[in-house]
Amino acid sequence: MIYFDNSATTKPSQEVLDSFLTVSETYYGNASSAHQFGLDADKLLRKSHQQAGQIMNVEPTEIIFTSGGTEGNNLAIKGVALAYQKRGKHIITTTIEHPSVLSACQALEELGFNVTYLPVNQSGVVEVESVKEALQADTILVSIMHVNNELGTIQPIKEIGELLKNRPTTYFHVDDIQGFGKISLDLKRSYVDLCSISGHKIHGLKGTGLLYVKEGIRLFPLFHGGGQQTDKRSGTENLAGIVSLVRAMRLITEQKLHHPEYLDHLNQQLRQRLQEIPEVVINTPEGQAPHILNFSIPAYKPEVVLHALEENHIFVSTKSACSSKRTDESAVLRAIQLPRERTTSALRVSFSFQNTDGEIELFVRVLKRIIKELSKVMG
Amino acid sequence: MDTIYLDHAATTPIHPEVIKTMSEVMEESFGNPSSIHGFGRHARALLDESRRYLARSIGADEKEVYFTSGGTEADNIALIGVAQANKNKGKHIITTQIEHHGILHAAEHLEAIGFEVTYLPVDAYGQVDIEMFKKHLREDTILVSIMMINNETGAIQPIKQIATLLESHQAYFHTDAVQAYGLKPINVTDLGVDLMSITAHKFNGPKGVGFLYAKQGVKFTALSHGGAQERLKRAGTENLPAIVGMKRAIEVIEENNYLNFERYKQYNEQFYTQLKAACEFVVNGQYDNQSPTILNVSFPNTNVESLLMNLDLEGVAASSGSACTAGSLQSSHVLVAMYGADDPRTQNSIRFSFGLANNQDQMIEAATRVARVVNRLTKK
Ligand SMILES: Cc1ncc(COP(=O)(O)O)c(C=O)c1O
Ligand SMILES: Cc1ncc(COP(=O)(O)O)c(C=O)c1O
Repeated sequence: MIYFDNSATTKPSQEVLDSFLTVSETYYGNASSAHQFGLDADKLLRKSHQQAGQIMNVEPTEIIFTSGGTEGNNLAIKGVALAYQKRGKHIITTTIEHPSVLSACQALEELGFNVTYLPVNQSGVVEVESVKEALQADTILVSIMHVNNELGTIQPIKEIGELLKNRPTTYFHVDDIQGFGKISLDLKRSYVDLCSISGHKIHGLKGTGLLYVKEGIRLFPLFHGGGQQTDKRSGTENLAGIVSLVRAMRLITEQKLHHPEYLDHLNQQLRQRLQEIPEVVINTPEGQAPHILNFSIPAYKPEVVLHALEENHIFVSTKSACSSKRTDESAVLRAIQLPRERTTSALRVSFSFQNTDGEIELFVRVLKRIIKELSKVMG
Repeated sequence: MDTIYLDHAATTPIHPEVIKTMSEVMEESFGNPSSIHGFGRHARALLDESRRYLARSIGADEKEVYFTSGGTEADNIALIGVAQANKNKGKHIITTQIEHHGILHAAEHLEAIGFEVTYLPVDAYGQVDIEMFKKHLREDTILVSIMMINNETGAIQPIKQIATLLESHQAYFHTDAVQAYGLKPINVTDLGVDLMSITAHKFNGPKGVGFLYAKQGVKFTALSHGGAQERLKRAGTENLPAIVGMKRAIEVIEENNYLNFERYKQYNEQFYTQLKAACEFVVNGQYDNQSPTILNVSFPNTNVESLLMNLDLEGVAASSGSACTAGSLQSSHVLVAMYGADDPRTQNSIRFSFGLANNQDQMIEAATRVARVVNRLTKK
């Protein structure tokens, strides 16, 4: 079995499962309870805040644990918008964000906010200059993803952060759900104010995630209630999930540290081999995130190729899982102005540190065979 | 000396069967239910199966179950989502003074944005009065939210009667059934509610997962936006292992014919009888007419902080009220609603709640320990 769909979701690692199970069995207390079971749970919760803070090089109190990436993005965007609407009602984002960012912004438009959706250039990257031009006196939030989930393009977060650093009334949110653990992002040096992470993209568990919120920033909460997590996120904490998330963060950070070139190596390998296949055009430009490679096989229906690969126990995806149901066209590929024959025939391979050269070799061989067989059928 | 856990209303231990099921799902079914390949389809099948099972457990259709990250989120969607989607029909909402903070704080938020909220008082037994409810129901009421079982006292609210009163009224009826689900079978149609919140960690499932039942046709807006999950009402990659774990938790209870209810009732009775013989206290509420998992009592001439501290040292984990407010020194809003702010019972009451972590032997031991603390603190 070859699993090349790690941007949709990853297999939780054994260590992550172990921490989840141990905490579930041993620390079942409610972290808000005043007795020993509660205090033990609370201690573990604080330790998780501390460790997550350490990994991200921020303060423990700047971490809010969430139920995943979508909640993190919604909390950041609506939270800032609703808390600071008196300052202004303008928000800047891009056309290639994940639906959780785009839809949150659309929901805010219905409440009277103005949102600028910046286009990207033909390499799938937003121009810093265009952010600069879009800024208004009443811009309260800029939300731009670090790594795009369909194409793997890296956005100039540091440059945008520098552009915003002297604007104390404009906060900067980064969706780092696809980047975390793969492409380093120095939150401080990039002047990032809020940053979302999701557990299930880094061999952690579904239903876990966190939002970094810089000290001093107010958020209007998505859920009101018991006042947990400094009132920014009410609800009994999923302690086992939280501990397992921090474990996953640490594991992937270590992996990146010890094998900094590994994903690049896989990427180069696959690029070279795909270039041998005349029917294939690669959509992801060079020099982007190493773990995502998007390519098209014009005139071949991507679902047919996907299922043929699956018969050979190889798993890739057509578009991002969340938007799989909408149309047959990739909005992100359209945004970089590819012709329709390419936007409707795209496949995405996404790696994790567990993938190998051998798997790439096998994948390319099978893909060649599939194309040959399909081309016969198509006559 | 092992500490005895008498705080199941705050949270319960996860059932070993649930852990087993969850670890299988995490290892074998890690696909994203939205992916179109085999891993995705397999995950989707598990998701659908769990949704069907949970829907059936409350007599609902699978299209009426929306998975959430827990009770607080379900409560917030029910309150804010329904209010936002129905404000053209009116801006009045009725709830009670004794709801969980997930409801109360969501209601306060709605007030801040222009809704009008009536917080019904309760009687000295912690019960909502039907006549009072009738008096406050208005033509422009769009939503009524009343909990099924109060988490601090165990008082059972007259949900069915209120539902009957609302049968020919425009208002939707939501109940927070977080403390009730898993004790006795619930049927939403018999009960007559339109929306209902559930969280798994109160019935030996995992934390961080729950669901909202919303009858077909009930209009509500989403709180979080993104992918097309949960029929566009709750975006985010589904937390599959936890959802399957939640299903397994109720399945275990059903397989045992809800015998847990009888067992917890026995624990409560044993503890109560033993304690009655050994020290002085009065029950907050009606002992014979409330959830058997919760016993809230007032110990005259004591004070809640020293009680809790000494109980903890003595090896009894109990609580002064809902866990979320336990950290703060505010008196319980529920007891204040029952007795008024100046009543000493708001300053000397403890909640004991029974469940899976208990056995019969512990009850005698726990009562002995509690009595020892109380007698020591009240010695003249
Ligand atoms: C870039 C990006 N943002 C947000 C999300 C949403 O995260 P989650 O699935 O944890 O809700 C995803 C993945 O689905 C993503 O790829
Ligand atoms: C009655 C009631 N409603 C709602 C909740 C909140 O549920 P959760 O902790 O899953 O958010 C609780 C418990 O915390 C509760 O007792």
